[in-house]
Amino acid sequence: MTGGGIVESFVVPVHPHTVLAPEQNDGWGKLRQAYDDAAQIIKDSKADLLIIYSTTWPSIIDHQLISDPNPEWVMVDHDFHELGSIHYSLNIDAQFAAMWNNENHARGLQSRCVNYRGFPIDVGSVVALTLLNPDNKIPAVIVSSNVYADRSETTVLAKACKELVRKTGRRAVAITAMSLSNRMFTEHINPEDDRIHSLKDDEWNRKILEFLEAGRLEDVGQLSRTIQQQIRVQKVVNFKPMWWLSAMNDNRNNLTGKVLAYEAIHGAGCAVVNLNPAQSGFGNKEYDEDDVEVYSGERGVLDTTKPAEIESSEGPALWDPTEAEGSVNTKSAPKPVGAYPHARKVGDLIYLSGVGPRQPKTNEIPGGPIHDSDGNALDYDIRAQTQAVIDNIARILEEAGSSINNVLDVTSFLIDMDRDFQGYNEVWAETLGKVGPTRTTLAIRALPTPIAVEMKVIASI
Amino acid sequence: MAQGEIVAGCLAPHPPHLVYAENPEQNEPVAEGGWEQLRWGYERLRESLKGVDYDAIVILSPHWQTYVGTHFLGLENFQSLSVDPVFPNLFRYHYDMNVDIELAKQIHDKADEAGLAVRMMTNPDFRVDYGTITTGHMFRPEWDKPLVVISSNRSRAYYSVEVMQEMMIELGRVTREAILESGKKVVVLASNSLSHRHFTTESEIPEDMSKEHITSHAMHLWDMRIIDYMKSGQCQRIIDEMPEFTEQAIAETDGGAFTWLLSTLEVPDYPAILHGYGTIIGTGNAIVEWPVYQHKEA
Ligand SMILES: [Fe+2]
Repeated sequence: MTGGGIVESFVVPVHPHTVLAPEQNDGWGKLRQAYDDAAQIIKDSKADLLIIYSTTWPSIIDHQLISDPNPEWVMVDHDFHELGSIHYSLNIDAQFAAMWNNENHARGLQSRCVNYRGFPIDVGSVVALTLLNPDNKIPAVIVSSNVYADRSETTVLAKACKELVRKTGRRAVAITAMSLSNRMFTEHINPEDDRIHSLKDDEWNRKILEFLEAGRLEDVGQLSRTIQQQIRVQKVVNFKPMWWLSAMNDNRNNLTGKVLAYEAIHGAGCAVVNLNPAQSGFGNKEYDEDDVEVYSGERGVLDTTKPAEIESSEGPALWDPTEAEGSVNTKSAPKPVGAYPHARKVGDLIYLSGVGPRQPKTNEIPGGPIHDSDGNALDYDIRAQTQAVIDNIARILEEAGSSINNVLDVTSFLIDMDRDFQGYNEVWAETLGKVGPTRTTLAIRALPTPIAVEMKVIASI
Repeated sequence: MAQGEIVAGCLAPHPPHLVYAENPEQNEPVAEGGWEQLRWGYERLRESLKGVDYDAIVILSPHWQTYVGTHFLGLENFQSLSVDPVFPNLFRYHYDMNVDIELAKQIHDKADEAGLAVRMMTNPDFRVDYGTITTGHMFRPEWDKPLVVISSNRSRAYYSVEVMQEMMIELGRVTREAILESGKKVVVLASNSLSHRHFTTESEIPEDMSKEHITSHAMHLWDMRIIDYMKSGQCQRIIDEMPEFTEQAIAETDGGAFTWLLSTLEVPDYPAILHGYGTIIGTGNAIVEWPVYQHKEA
């Protein structure tokens, strides 16, 4: 394969029985055999990367990615501790994890890398990697399942990953560690008494497997919310792994599916399913959901500003402000587009670099940019831009121990004097006009970012 | 043998941020303080119990989540490194704790007799959850009293708050019985927050207190309502409203610890002492003491 891609996908169960006690129950043994068969398929595929999306690793803040190159510890299940312990020493592709993290950020997703000695790798990931990668030859990455993430975030997470697989030319296997029906017996049972908890759970599980056997992965993705309602106990995370897996497979319905085993573990529906990208069946699908590439939902509840647009996704590169004697720099002002500080103090005076309306951190332009990334003109609000410039000036001055009331002299630059002078002047009158600095307003051809106004300020301390 | 007693019961929440902010030598990350309202609350709680003598601490933590019954730590000592899976940047704590296995077994046996599904946890590789450790540390940083650690059965997830309450009231009753029969003096701790809607973003400096507040007004109102009931000795109303509170405030009472605590104290009708309230990453947390020692029957 040129350009890299997903060479196989798997659904695998999470409970430790397949590793620690396959001999105690016929079904557990069959799941173990299926796990071993899956390991062989992976070996034969010449895969060079295993990607695990684990439902037993819930996260609250962001999606998390393991980036410890060799996490080692002993895993004991919270419920099934009497089965014993699993020692793990995993081979993680930390570089891929770091790149995936960056790609997530570039697509508006919050995510972070986790690299701490002793971090408790979740049971699903430990079981899956122990059995699918027994000699640890193939490097892996593991991503958490975010408690609050819905389909669009989960899809973007997959697309970020898939894009990276393509760019880096990897032969990757996408794996979801998950149960189908997840209701377990709430009492201790003898291994020989294990079965699917209820007939309803069993029927739904078989329906899901029928779809997967027919390669209709996207259909299962679209049924996810119904499945959650029907056969999923409200544990920590909802039934979202199929969203991820489907997006990893281009939301297709014509994969080649094979159910390697379906059995109960302590009542829960557990299956090993192989999905190969080779086309089979009709594959007609009705993709009725937003096919999102970038996440733009609201996750930022700490600030009232909108969530991060992609920093410097277009336009000039952003720089960290430079440091020199008397320089004043703040995280509450937008990053410079060159090697200069936000401001510089000399004696009782403070000189500000040209200040535009871009927002700190998000780089967003209040009132909208003046043109899109292709250069097509856009309608924008000069009043909102002017106000944002003045707010940025105030923040820089406050960082310097001064204030907007100490502004002495302003040079303003407008890219369209005819269109914008009036709006700009109105905002000025309500703000700096009341402070009373001297002012010069110039029309210029362009500014380095798609903004319409910038101000150069001198103030006293 | 003298009859045992519960000398005090406390609501003692466990966000790892509190340990992080304290900078104890056991924890790897270093903080510039933060969440002082709650840390001072814990200080007042410790001060309040200074003169009270007890032999063991019984904790129910929502972060040892078991779906198959209720479990009890069943070995004498546990030591390892606990890394919080959600906030690993804040909590990497080297713990060394002793367990009162005898008392644990007594509660276990009573619960078993009462028909609850129970199990002793005797795998030496088991890692104690960060909720237990945080509450344990904040309540008594000396770690010089043996603990009984009870898992949080997720019956709320499987059935409903009502079923969870029935089970936890029963577990509380047998916990109390076992303690009385043990001849020991015990403090019981419920390790849970109140309203439990988190922020989904973390500020650049986690302990930046300018970013800390409750996630919504509705959460605040619920927390204050529950606190008023505690302060005015109306715990039966808490039990009665638990289904609504748990659902609407997404409260961490879903883990059963709070109901269990109130049951061990026979649903107190005397005022509790509020030692502190504050938010942690948007969730509401109260540190509350029921000073049973002040209300002994003559
Ligand atoms: Fe918690």
